[in-house]
Amino acid sequence: MNLLPYTIYLSFAGALLSLVAGRRSAAAARGVALLTAVACWGITLYAAYGFTPSNQMIQLVDVTWISQLGIHYHLAADGISLTLVVLTGLAATAGILFSWNIAERTGEFFAFYLALIGGVYGVFLSADAFLFFVFYEIAIVPKYFLIANWGSTNRLYGAMKLALYSFAGSALVLAGLLWIYAAGHASGFSLWELAQAAAGLSHPQQVVIFAFLFTGFAVLAGMFPFHTWAPTGHVAAPTGASMLLAGVVMKLGAYGCLRVALPLVPAGLEFWQPVIAWLALAGILYAGLVALVQDDFKFVIGYSSVSHMGFVLLGLALANPAAMAGTVLQMFSHGVIAGLLFAVVGRMVYERTHTRQLAELTRLPLHRLMPFAAVVFVLAGLASMGMPGFSGFPAELTILVGAWQVSKVWALAAALGVLIAAAFTLRAIQVAFFGQAGAAAPAAGPVHLYAPITWPERTGAILLLAATLLVGLRPDLLLNWIIPSLQSPMMQAVWIGGTR
Amino acid sequence: MNGLLSTLILVPWLGALVLALTPRLSPRASRVLALLFSLSTLALALVAWAGFDPAAAGYQFTEQHAWIRIPQVAAITCHLGLDGLSLVLVLLTGLVAPACLLASWRIERDPRLFNLLFLFLQGAALGVFLALDFFPWFICWELSLVPAFFLIKLWGGPGASRAAYQFVVYTIGGSAFMLLAFAALFAAAGTFDFVALAALAHSGALAASMSGPALTLIFLGVLLGLAVKVPLFPFHTWLPSAYAEAPTGASMFLTGIMSKMGVYGFLRILWPLFPVQLHAAAPVLLGLALGGVVLGAFAAMAQTDLKRMVAYSSVNHLSYCLLALFAVSYAGAGHPDAAGAALGGTVLQMFNHGLSASALFFCIGCLELRSGGRRGLGDFGGVRTVAPVFAGLCGIALFSSLGLPGLNGFVGEFLIFRGVFGLDPGAAAVGCLGLFATAYFLLTFWQRVFHGPPGPGVAGFRDLGAREILTLAPAVALMFVLGVWPQLLMGLINPLVTAWAAHLP
Repeated sequence: MNLLPYTIYLSFAGALLSLVAGRRSAAAARGVALLTAVACWGITLYAAYGFTPSNQMIQLVDVTWISQLGIHYHLAADGISLTLVVLTGLAATAGILFSWNIAERTGEFFAFYLALIGGVYGVFLSADAFLFFVFYEIAIVPKYFLIANWGSTNRLYGAMKLALYSFAGSALVLAGLLWIYAAGHASGFSLWELAQAAAGLSHPQQVVIFAFLFTGFAVLAGMFPFHTWAPTGHVAAPTGASMLLAGVVMKLGAYGCLRVALPLVPAGLEFWQPVIAWLALAGILYAGLVALVQDDFKFVIGYSSVSHMGFVLLGLALANPAAMAGTVLQMFSHGVIAGLLFAVVGRMVYERTHTRQLAELTRLPLHRLMPFAAVVFVLAGLASMGMPGFSGFPAELTILVGAWQVSKVWALAAALGVLIAAAFTLRAIQVAFFGQAGAAAPAAGPVHLYAPITWPERTGAILLLAATLLVGLRPDLLLNWIIPSLQSPMMQAVWIGGTR
Repeated sequence: MNGLLSTLILVPWLGALVLALTPRLSPRASRVLALLFSLSTLALALVAWAGFDPAAAGYQFTEQHAWIRIPQVAAITCHLGLDGLSLVLVLLTGLVAPACLLASWRIERDPRLFNLLFLFLQGAALGVFLALDFFPWFICWELSLVPAFFLIKLWGGPGASRAAYQFVVYTIGGSAFMLLAFAALFAAAGTFDFVALAALAHSGALAASMSGPALTLIFLGVLLGLAVKVPLFPFHTWLPSAYAEAPTGASMFLTGIMSKMGVYGFLRILWPLFPVQLHAAAPVLLGLALGGVVLGAFAAMAQTDLKRMVAYSSVNHLSYCLLALFAVSYAGAGHPDAAGAALGGTVLQMFNHGLSASALFFCIGCLELRSGGRRGLGDFGGVRTVAPVFAGLCGIALFSSLGLPGLNGFVGEFLIFRGVFGLDPGAAAVGCLGLFATAYFLLTFWQRVFHGPPGPGVAGFRDLGAREILTLAPAVALMFVLGVWPQLLMGLINPLVTAWAAHLP
């Protein structure tokens, strides 16, 4: 557990090192990046191995940083952060494996990549709101460069849109935090101090502050109607970055809601609950329907991410432990599954066929030309559809259990979302990979048309598939970390609606 | 006999795994291997039968493996158990599945993948019949769709893509609401175990733990999931094209086994968990089941494609099962004899339909194979003279499906009508219309294909080969055996049926 802060330091050190190594050779930069990511992942797994679930945060580091403002360099972890750092480790490792073919300015690519990862680890481990915010911003900048420099379709537009949305969200968050700090006369920026300060504010103030904080974070989580950066950003990003973007960066927003917005001003959640829930449901259903009619394969996956993050936001809005446990599980699950889907579409398919248009892909017998990619995509698609046995299922089931306790109508609408997810995923599988299948299609044809799937691709895909299956069959592995953390004093305030 | 049930489920999956890991296997070896793995179900089912105590109430060979444990929140186990109903269906799976593989012997395109998917499907179906906890049950229930989807899509006819998509999206549409229903049940009861939930429902604790409308909503969710699967009219629209486009082996399994999964769900879940709601909804459901009986038969009458004809006749035959079920629920307590007959007939009808419908799909497959893909009602004629063995076996399957006394189909339908007449004479009278229409179209099938002047599809028609006879003969033999000695199966389910009838609200 005590090693967890080193994930941050190692990532930043790795970023510098890969920049240096990149001047020598691309292979060295790759090696450095992979070693760094695996080492960080190893640390998170080691921490998980020794973790005893409890309702207390485990304090990792607490050093005064800016004493005049009461800002500390304060890192802490509980079961929720642990789940997400393990996800980060996995997604980073897999993302690097799927970026193995980056040939242009490899060192810089991995430097930005690892800096992004370092920022993400930092966010998940921060216990001081100011520090949280700093890491949050650190994560945005490399993302912009990754997309603008190494992206594809409309990359400058996508990168700019993403950065602007993110900064606008951050501005709202900062305003909300400063409001609490100033108006509530907080003694410092730790989450506990801010929560105390916020409790002293008037109810209308709390309601407005909550709107600032939640909206600011939810932009990054892809909440409807602020989700439009997500599909364009995902599509423009290079594969490894899409995987991170959908896999962990969208989780930053959700995590911000969970860790900062909800516990700091629980009274606001009570007020805004129906609005958030309906926006989340609108996201689930609308993005699902949009995914159903996309012509670009990567846009299908991009919108499916928005739809799945809708479940996360719904769980956040429901404000009960069952739904919140499902939310964290869904964050993990979506991180893994979205990573897989983007890996198949962006790396395995697009970089070989050089098209993402479903109308063109359907004319290729892809299931025979790249059977490995087809099998991985089918399995990832099943996981994304919420098939039992994969991680999406226990997550959605838990959220539905929580939703039913709050509102039957929301639960029904969410169930409809499950159906739409099945429809658009099956369509994508059917059109992209099995367009020329069936007895009517010609049986023989050129088989070795495309470069074979490489070992980094295989390794990455197998890692992610194993993770989704493991969590699907044994969701208690993660739920037993998450559920005790939901009973912490801060989260208790959320369940009882801020009356402490 | 420890671990018998998990072995039943796992052996076909193990076979699928073996096939998945041996990409260089020759087609012939993969076929033989798959058949052996598939036959394991029959062997193990017979072992279970030998050790089964028909007089005992409750589940036998139960297994309960710890699975998902979250302190104070959930303890989900892999709970397996076998009662008379499960045993009958496991036996049916053991009989039908190897026949499907034999019927698919001639598949040239990637037979290894076909067999792999098929074994996976077989294991999933067995899981549905044996699991007693929603979590493993639903895994098998949903995962069975995946191999079925690819079997239809990759080896099916020209419209297979659309049919497979429609089939899966419809079924998942139903399942999504069933999932929500079980999420709601879990929120109220804290368990997914069918036995525990049934006990809660029986004691009234389940109804006490939530409002009436909420429980009704849950009931509707589960009902929708099961009704699409069976299918209950008007949720049947996916069925004709899925059955017609699927390759022969898959059609046989879809109609023989997968449609039984839905009826099984009615008996295993809806019946014990929601007796009051089922009773309240019974008038409407009875009407829908009658709609399936009558309209299914009339729709079959209007078909010129033999495969679609048999597909619609499946809607008709399965609606008899539901008709009996709903009639019993509608009448409520106080008619133990009629209820017992109707419910016994339901289980028997499930088994009989599994045998006869899969045999008919196989016969149509034989017709297609010999005539270059023709399967129109008018494409044949005079087959009896060129292929007497085929005509004989297919004729028996047809007459079994039609309900000729002396064959198995009669016993099931007789018991159902004997029961339903006692419970709701009006429904039984309307249901008779379906019987007449069934007799009409099945006789038309018999006449137009096997008698009269030879049609374009009969040139060079060979009689059945040894492998084909082997596929069909066991089912046909059983049709005779069960026709004269239904006690063979009735003995297994009688105590169960009596218990069901005694627990009516």
